[in-house]
Amino acid sequence: MSRIADFIGVSARENVEKAIATARENEQFNALLSLSEERAFDRAAKVDAGEITGRLAGVPFIAKDNFLTLGDTTTAASKFLESFKAPLQATAIEKLEAEGAICIGKANLDAFAHGGSTENSAYGPTKNAIDQERVAGGSSGGSAVSVALNIVPFALGTDTGGSIRQPASFNGVVGIKPTYGTVSRYGVVAMASSTDTIGVLAATAEDAEIVLDILSGRDSKDMTTLPDFFEPKGLSEPRRIGVIKEFMTEDVDPEVRARTSEYIETMKAKGHTIEEVSLPMLKYALAIYYIVVPAEISSNLGRYDGIRYGARAEAETLGEVYGLSRDHGFVPENKRRIMIGSYVLSSGFFDAYYLKAQKARTLLINEFNKVFESFDVLVGPVAPTPAFKLGENTEDPVKMYLADIMTVPASLAGLPAVSVPAGKTEAGLPVGVQLIGPRRSDATLLALARQGEV
Amino acid sequence: MTDISTEDVHHLAQLSSLQLDDAETEALRVDLENILGYIEQLSELDTEGVEPTYQVTDLQNVWREDTVDDYGISRDSLLELAPDSVAHQIKVPKVL
Repeated sequence: MSRIADFIGVSARENVEKAIATARENEQFNALLSLSEERAFDRAAKVDAGEITGRLAGVPFIAKDNFLTLGDTTTAASKFLESFKAPLQATAIEKLEAEGAICIGKANLDAFAHGGSTENSAYGPTKNAIDQERVAGGSSGGSAVSVALNIVPFALGTDTGGSIRQPASFNGVVGIKPTYGTVSRYGVVAMASSTDTIGVLAATAEDAEIVLDILSGRDSKDMTTLPDFFEPKGLSEPRRIGVIKEFMTEDVDPEVRARTSEYIETMKAKGHTIEEVSLPMLKYALAIYYIVVPAEISSNLGRYDGIRYGARAEAETLGEVYGLSRDHGFVPENKRRIMIGSYVLSSGFFDAYYLKAQKARTLLINEFNKVFESFDVLVGPVAPTPAFKLGENTEDPVKMYLADIMTVPASLAGLPAVSVPAGKTEAGLPVGVQLIGPRRSDATLLALARQGEV
Repeated sequence: MTDISTEDVHHLAQLSSLQLDDAETEALRVDLENILGYIEQLSELDTEGVEPTYQVTDLQNVWREDTVDDYGISRDSLLELAPDSVAHQIKVPKVL
């Protein structure tokens, strides 16, 4: 199944017109921060004239607003970059444009991608595509909602600890966070460099596969990219699938567990072997994540000082320019994470927090490696609940962080993971199931996801 | 449970180049205490003799040719991004 196919071989201009019209009809969801109409129509005309060709010729898409693009602003949903116009484009955007795809606009996110609900955007939250009183998930909430509302057949997102998978799950679309290093991070606003990944949100697994095939590969502008290993393929033989015990406890919403179990039953019916597996280190993954990631954030966000680009606060001295520009430009969650990072890296605490977490990370990776000796794929829910109500978790950061508890393990280990729609709750809210594989098993995960869709 | 004082928050804000107002300072003090309270559970884990993981690519020493690449970006286009500039230099308030 491919929704992308519907956009190929028809008028690119009409594709863009339709996407922009649908975006306008759905403004109340606040999924988009900007539309780049002029550039989009200009490129559509070139596609229709045969000047631009490729595998995605004339297919419209949306990029999360932390990808640098020409045409309009790149804000990262922050006040800091409110009027920032990028002088270059992200490699991911360049690769899609080279295949004829057309970026029609930029999607809302938690400011600097810090969050799991898109409520941390400086431009207001994105509403869930199914229930406007609920969150879109995050941080790629705008991207997920744009696909769920059929504005575009696919959107780009970033996933540092679940930011593609969780909103995909909350809105009933497919989301892949590839193996760390699969897609170049060049031209994407950095959050935590050791777990930041670029991925795809799409209507179907086949569409995610088509786009990832274009995005993957070495980039001389990002020295952590891996030589291209991604090759779409079918499933030649049954797989050994492990059901993660720690993700199916009573702490998890009963309907989420029920949908997950039903999905596992359909996999069994297709001939795969299913067995429960325990990974005791998973209980520490969230604590590791909220040490390592804030540490990297505090370093990466040091560049926002109001000097070279972005908003500069009026002040008498240079020190005040830094302090006030940063105070005005960041939302509270950005400040929390920067200060936690400063704390765990500061002298006297470095060994007890940061070094300890990086050692614990090794133990988590070792445990995954051991389990992958007996299993090809691990399965469990994406998140402990379906989409929660707007405002439900905003007063308590730790409660908000707990929504990431099932997605951060794959991020810390650099593993690929896919969020696949697995039905709805009685109230009609989508539930996603997560497939996690060993490094470079991205194609196998998408093949399994495709099989589950039929 | 880690106690975080107002002075601790001031110190961290200084390390982070954040000029906070009083209301923000108190809200962050409470949040930091709660977050640190959660991540402290790692202390129960035995990590004696374990090597830390800093990156997950397995790549080491990725070399490139020592040639200049401007990535297609001009000095002028970068200077245009600065809030204030003069004579091809970024202009800032006095340092001292």
